[in-house]
Amino acid sequence: MDIFLQQLVNGLVQGSIYALVALGYTMVYGIMGLINFAHGEVVMIGTLVSITVAGTLIDAGMPVALAGLVGLVTAVLSCMALGWSLERVAYRPLRDAPRLTPLITAIGMSIVLQNLAMIVWGRNYLTFPAFLPKLSFEWAGAYFTLVQVLIVLVSALTMAALLFLVYRTKLGMAMRATAQNPAVASLMGVNINRVIAAAFVIGSALGAVAGVMVGSYYEIAHYQMGFMLGLKAFTAAVLGGIGNLAGAMAGGVLLGIIEALGAGYIGDLTGGFLGSHYQDIFAFVVLIGVLMFKPSGLFGEKTGERA
Amino acid sequence: MKKWLNLKSTAGIVLITVALIALPFVAAMGGQAWVRIVNFAILYVFLALGLNIVVGFAGLLDLGYIAFYAVGAYTWALLASPHFGLHWPIWAILPIGALVACVFGVLLGSPTLKLRGDYLAIVTLGFGEIVRIFLNNLNAPFNITNGPQGITLIDPVMFGDFKFSGTTQIFGLAISGPQKYYFLLVALAILVILINLRLQHSRIGRAWQAIREDEIAAKAVGINTRNVKLLAFAMGASFGGVAGGIFSAMQGFVSPESFSLIESIMVLAMVVLGGMGHIPGVILGAVLLTILPEVLRYGIGPLQMFVFGNVLIDPESLRMLIFGLSLVLVMRYKPTGLWPSPGRRHGVDAVGGAS
Repeated sequence: MDIFLQQLVNGLVQGSIYALVALGYTMVYGIMGLINFAHGEVVMIGTLVSITVAGTLIDAGMPVALAGLVGLVTAVLSCMALGWSLERVAYRPLRDAPRLTPLITAIGMSIVLQNLAMIVWGRNYLTFPAFLPKLSFEWAGAYFTLVQVLIVLVSALTMAALLFLVYRTKLGMAMRATAQNPAVASLMGVNINRVIAAAFVIGSALGAVAGVMVGSYYEIAHYQMGFMLGLKAFTAAVLGGIGNLAGAMAGGVLLGIIEALGAGYIGDLTGGFLGSHYQDIFAFVVLIGVLMFKPSGLFGEKTGERA
Repeated sequence: MKKWLNLKSTAGIVLITVALIALPFVAAMGGQAWVRIVNFAILYVFLALGLNIVVGFAGLLDLGYIAFYAVGAYTWALLASPHFGLHWPIWAILPIGALVACVFGVLLGSPTLKLRGDYLAIVTLGFGEIVRIFLNNLNAPFNITNGPQGITLIDPVMFGDFKFSGTTQIFGLAISGPQKYYFLLVALAILVILINLRLQHSRIGRAWQAIREDEIAAKAVGINTRNVKLLAFAMGASFGGVAGGIFSAMQGFVSPESFSLIESIMVLAMVVLGGMGHIPGVILGAVLLTILPEVLRYGIGPLQMFVFGNVLIDPESLRMLIFGLSLVLVMRYKPTGLWPSPGRRHGVDAVGGAS
């Protein structure tokens, strides 16, 4: 039973990170129907920027917690700039192109960002500066650390803020209108270009927060880390029903928990035939299973078949 | 198809034939490595044409295509290597490889028939990853795939006593292993191109096109969309399986590393960049995207020496950087691909389905 609880905690932490990244995918998809394959790389850049900034500041003698905070803010700001320029340079010119064209552009941008990161930060694994005290708590036989608690808290707060933005502000209303029908929204005086740019910028900011979390959780970062993370997060977004904010959050948390539980129990379930190195399979098996019965995800709206 | 052939005069065909025969010998002047690169270009033409059936003709976005290539490669590797002590002849393995890949294609296709557009894309992507992870881990408790180490000492292609590896003397001319494979690959590629050309305008090809343009309308005019879609998956997959078998024999070595998601993405990029659904365009895309990174690999180090006097930036990352940028730029200025099919609306719009 304590293994169950422990894995549940681990899954919740991992899942909150997935959820934050998944929101970036789902926002862009909901508004313009584009899979932004480069989003995982934005997260990676966020992590690496925060490492460099926080590391330099700590070396310069700044208090550790403050340096971490400055690192986080810098990462968020640079990712917002990156997301904005991605949209401007790579996607905006292709808005009327055939649907697969921006997908290839996104793949191209992802290759570009990964290799830029390799040129700037090198091929080696970087250690993330530990800017939080290593406290750990015990509850009902499960252990969790301060970092884990903070990850869950910060993601919950960030998601609440996002929901407020989308459902209670004018910009949010414009976003929802654009998602429903861009042409009509623009007739109602919504500046489509601004809304789409905002979706990219907000998604990238969430991604940067997630990136810093991943960094402080695993205490390690690498120029290739964005790929698998992005893939899982995208899976989470589809699992919840892509384009749906609450769906992305639920999908992310669910995916994290399924993965953690699956990795913990697969050995027992299959009599040792399959081991925990099959962890990465769960995400996809669950995804295929869910989509077989609910073809537009757990919370996705039923889109009628349009002729 | 007739029209396409007629456009090329007989002289053109003769010229192309001569060029195709001369190519491996010209490439060999730059070293055998270049012959191998040309071989890979043809192998990718093979793969891209297979994927083109699924994505270009039928409009089903498949991001896990490399799984079928992997299945074909491992089928060959298991049936013709010391790993299980089996050394079956090519006549048996190649059809078995195609068949196994075909079964996998149907396996992937049947649960995903209901899905549309991007949901299909992510499921196929997941399928590709599942296949790769299994290949990576099926060395325990029974050693089937030998895990991450892969399978070595795979038999080359052999017809009777005629081996495709090593150098042979023919009419006093020394022909190297890669050069022999080149001619085998060209022969197979021509066969595949012919099959594709015939398919495109056959009853099935038209049915695929109808589904791509509008699935509901296709259903309404009496096309059995389920079977026709499955057929697209199965045919695309079996092309991938054959290509995988040849890859396995040519390399003499397979490991799960060769079948990662980025490979699927590369093949898709070839199809889209070249001009989806247009066979000459797809061929162009495959050749360009195989050759370009290699040219950059050999050209970038010396170029930096020439311009800056020493190698400033790691050539490997710079080469991929330029590669990524060229993908972006081509799509920016040629959104329908470098050589799109003439006089048709961008059929790929239908790939998205309802969203």
